[in-house]
Amino acid sequence: MLQINDINVYYGNIQALKGVSLEINEGEIVTLIGANGAGKSTLLKTISGLAKPKKGDIIFEGDSISGKVAQTIVKKGISHVPEGRRVFSNMSVEENLELGAYLRKDKQGIREDFSKVYDLFPRLHERRKQLSGTLSGGEQQMLAMGRALMARPRLLLLDEPSMGLAPLLVKTIFRIIEEINNTGTTILLVEQNANMALSIASRAYVIETGKIVLSGTPDELNQSDQIKNAYLGGH
Amino acid sequence: MEWIQQLVNGISLGSIYALIALGYTMVYGIVKLINFAHGDVFMVGSFVGFYSISIFHLGFFPALLISMAVCAIFGVLIERIAYKPLRNATRIAALITAIGVSLLIEYTTIYARGAQPEAYPDKLLPFKNVEFFGVKISSQSLFILAISILLMILLQFIVHKTKIGKAMRAVSHDMDAARLMGINVDNTISATFAIGSALAGAAGVIFGMYYTKIEPLMGIIPGLKAFVAAVLGGIGIIPGAMVGGLVLGVIESLVSASGYSLWRDGAAFVVLILILIFRPSGIFGKNVREKV
Ligand SMILES: Nc1ncnc2c1ncn2[C@@H]1O[C@H](COP(=O)(O)OP(=O)(O)OP(=O)(O)O)[C@@H](O)[C@H]1O
Ligand SMILES: [Mg+2]
Repeated sequence: MLQINDINVYYGNIQALKGVSLEINEGEIVTLIGANGAGKSTLLKTISGLAKPKKGDIIFEGDSISGKVAQTIVKKGISHVPEGRRVFSNMSVEENLELGAYLRKDKQGIREDFSKVYDLFPRLHERRKQLSGTLSGGEQQMLAMGRALMARPRLLLLDEPSMGLAPLLVKTIFRIIEEINNTGTTILLVEQNANMALSIASRAYVIETGKIVLSGTPDELNQSDQIKNAYLGGH
Repeated sequence: MEWIQQLVNGISLGSIYALIALGYTMVYGIVKLINFAHGDVFMVGSFVGFYSISIFHLGFFPALLISMAVCAIFGVLIERIAYKPLRNATRIAALITAIGVSLLIEYTTIYARGAQPEAYPDKLLPFKNVEFFGVKISSQSLFILAISILLMILLQFIVHKTKIGKAMRAVSHDMDAARLMGINVDNTISATFAIGSALAGAAGVIFGMYYTKIEPLMGIIPGLKAFVAAVLGGIGIIPGAMVGGLVLGVIESLVSASGYSLWRDGAAFVVLILILIFRPSGIFGKNVREKV
């Protein structure tokens, strides 16, 4: 479904990604784990068009999308839930969701997706008129995810959805990620919470200072001593 | 009674400031630029209205609409040509460019038609005094107020209910997040310039009707005062610009009415200094803390 071939991405003189290649098949949950500053967010931004690769190619469902503007990429079916939620805090929950469907014209379909999102996140329905800046961190995460779903993506990019959430809420969010995946949405999940991420993933990649250093199934990664020590709290 | 008349004058004048201030505040809200050429767009709007009426013999409303349309296009051109290439430059570079654009518009206008003033046709609207509880109020003041209020309601409708308005709010809050929704940021910024400039154009025609004299440098002082109004209300906040404009207009009229009419223009700048000292975020501004 998505193929990333050997991309280099720079911020000015700093090279954030160094020849990264990665593949995602339809229906999978692929997780990308790595330490702070490894380049996880940069990779997601490059897929969604917020950053441009200097070298390499990104193919989504047969078409090259590398270097395309974000608008084109959303239209093609990739939605990105950015790190730190980035909800429009000056707008209501409902308006945030509406903006998620910005490029869509099918009124009927949008209405259906509103109810789907509200079914998935009943909290958002209760607070639909509330300014999103007044939501709790967990609710904002739900809103950011709901907003991305309003575009009806086929591939959903999630950047650290569990960041700053209480353990119970982390569980809920992960359950919902699986639920979204079960309805046919492919997922690329960036996480620092490697244990949780590996528990729901089909495959995983490990990134270190801009390079993919390891990939495999969760079982394979769980057996790697290197990974255990660095990311899984060495149990 | 004199006071009440002055108050009404102040509100009319203030509504003109408010219309101009809206453009300042909308543009600042979205690209964080004080568009110092905005007062000159107001001047151009005033002249477009003037020529529509005097050469093409149009009535007030057609002239108003043409002026708004021409200014909308003019504002977008300014943005695309002068500001867009500087979007990632330092703010001071953009600010200096804005001052350059302002001078360019002023002196191109003088070059094209000379510096002499023009008398705005004043027979466009029925003029009579309306009596309210013994206070005489000119129908013109009321008319200006009505049009300004109508335009502000229209603006609120656009910003809050339409798709482009929601895109404008999204872009002004977080450009990258807006991009992720599929919003075309460049077009949204252009739309903001278009709407802000159209309001300045309307203000130009209304100003011409009210003060009857227009000239190529007429945009400077009302432009600066509208800027003060925008800061007073809280720069970047749309209702703030409306209230800031009205408050400033009323303050000026009251200063005149108290017999200090020579101090009138100074009042705006005293207000600016006071806000910057005591409440830099303006009447409606708050230090918003965001959850991360
Ligand atoms: N806007 C930017 N300008 C300059 N450098 C940047 C920018 N954004 C990221 N970087 C640098 O690029 C590298 C990768 O950053 P990135 O945000 O992709 O890391 P990350 O893996 O998402 O980290 P975290 O887990 O802390 O979110 C870091 O060294 C960072 O300092
Ligand atoms: Mg990150």
